[in-house]
Amino acid sequence: MLRYTLKRLISLLISLMVASVVIFMVIEVAPGDPASFMLGVNAQEDTLVALRAELGLDVPKVQRYFNWVSGMLVGDFGTSYTYRTPVSQMIADRLWVSLPLALYALALSTLIAFPAGIYAAARRGKPGDLTVMGATQLGIAVPNFWFAMMLVLIFAINLRWFNAGGFAGWENGLWTGLHSLTLPAIALALPQAAILARVMRSSLLDILGEDFMRTARAKGVSRRQALWRHGVRNALIPVLTIIGLQFSFLLAGSIIIEKVFYLPGLGRLVFQAISARDLIVVESVVMLLVFAVITVNFLVDLAYAAVDPRLRSRT
Amino acid sequence: MSRNLILGALLSSLVLLAALLSFFWTPYDYAALDIPNKLQPPSIQHWFGTDHFGRDMFSMIMIGARTSIAVALVAVGIGMTLGIPLGLMAAARKGTWLDEVIMRGNDLVFAFPSLVIAILITAILGAGAINAIIAIGIFNIPVFARITRGAALSLWEREFILAARVSGKGAARISAEHILPNVANLLIVQGTIQFSLGILAEAGLSYVGLGAQPPTPSWGRMLADAQTMVSFAPHLALIPGLAIIVTVMGLNLLGDGLRDWLDPRIRVARA
Repeated sequence: MLRYTLKRLISLLISLMVASVVIFMVIEVAPGDPASFMLGVNAQEDTLVALRAELGLDVPKVQRYFNWVSGMLVGDFGTSYTYRTPVSQMIADRLWVSLPLALYALALSTLIAFPAGIYAAARRGKPGDLTVMGATQLGIAVPNFWFAMMLVLIFAINLRWFNAGGFAGWENGLWTGLHSLTLPAIALALPQAAILARVMRSSLLDILGEDFMRTARAKGVSRRQALWRHGVRNALIPVLTIIGLQFSFLLAGSIIIEKVFYLPGLGRLVFQAISARDLIVVESVVMLLVFAVITVNFLVDLAYAAVDPRLRSRT
Repeated sequence: MSRNLILGALLSSLVLLAALLSFFWTPYDYAALDIPNKLQPPSIQHWFGTDHFGRDMFSMIMIGARTSIAVALVAVGIGMTLGIPLGLMAAARKGTWLDEVIMRGNDLVFAFPSLVIAILITAILGAGAINAIIAIGIFNIPVFARITRGAALSLWEREFILAARVSGKGAARISAEHILPNVANLLIVQGTIQFSLGILAEAGLSYVGLGAQPPTPSWGRMLADAQTMVSFAPHLALIPGLAIIVTVMGLNLLGDGLRDWLDPRIRVARA
């Protein structure tokens, strides 16, 4: 187990290193000099030079890369070109919206998908199964931002149960914060739930065909007990992989939903930073998201290896 | 043939036909403004109603189908032309550094948040249909590379490949002549799925203003325009949304149906 962990850890570090180089290179080729972007077209040459020096843009690219990476290692993400505030502070502020939103959506998605997938698998081929499968086909095909607009139309504009957009902030209490994240979370969760329910169903169907399920039934375990004690538990492995992937998707992929609901999250931060050529913010947020994805995958792999020794030998 | 296949083929060809027809005929000129008749609900004259400039929604949906299909199709093409050879190479050189580099490269692309990168690409290269294609296409490469490699690996163990090697064929020739035809079915099914994902991605990108630029209509931008008017003209949001749903659902059903139809083993297992 230790050998496996070390091996995976080294591969994790290499991935992060390569990712940081790729991100840095891609963003450096972006046209537009941040200094002249900030000062406008009429800026004097000497002010431009001074600003470039202040932003650390006058040193060679290789050195800038190392400054950036070494800063991140100690939690210093640099200073935003446009807002002149520490990037780490900006990211932290936005994470307070994006992270709870991702977790909220993930919880909703799991709550819907588990019962739906298990129910469909247990009633394979019957009308109940066909209904659930039809609903998931629809769920996968619906663009989440369109679904979000429909939710706003029904629940915010017509019924007035929720606000159409904006974030109330956590300082007004947990309930107020959650309330303003509810529609976005539902919009994000439903398409994800449709995918998750399908994975749950097919994974459970695979397990139900296994010999040990028949043995369990032959031993006199009831259908229901066999399904829950032997079936669902064993079917969880592929389901957990998808949940891990969905979490990272939800963290980064809510950009469009944040736009629909005018939420001040990470996605909007990247979006604004790109259009303002605030490259340092873009680099750092993208790196953070890649870090989150790679780390979540790493943890999921480790969790598997811990429960299933067979997976340790696989590279 | 299953019901999925028939329904999927029907829905997909309906959208495809609308897109093709739009090259020759649309009920109205999609760009013609007709302010006195703005925001009309669906009627006999305007089947899908009119937008805030009085433009005919039906014509815009037809042209939008063209945009969506073109972007998604070329993106899948990029993914296939680069991903399949990479997957074949990785399988042929299984366990070597080449395989390792290709597969780690794949993992790395998967680790990047696709939407953020798509936004980044369009920010660097400028917004437009071509750059949306590149952004979506890049994320199709590892999908095809991985699925090709996985299927090819098990084929390399088979006797008929051994026979081909004994007869003196090299790895590249075996990959092209024996492996590729045997994984083609799988790739067609995956291609259909990626096509539908491409339609969704294009809609998302053009919704945030990074897809095809005005005046070319696209479903995503029609939705973005509709957002502020949804309370008094809901058809503006309903119709492009339904167009996306019908297309994506049609392609997904087609993919599912093709998989069952092309792979007799699955059919037996299901019976």
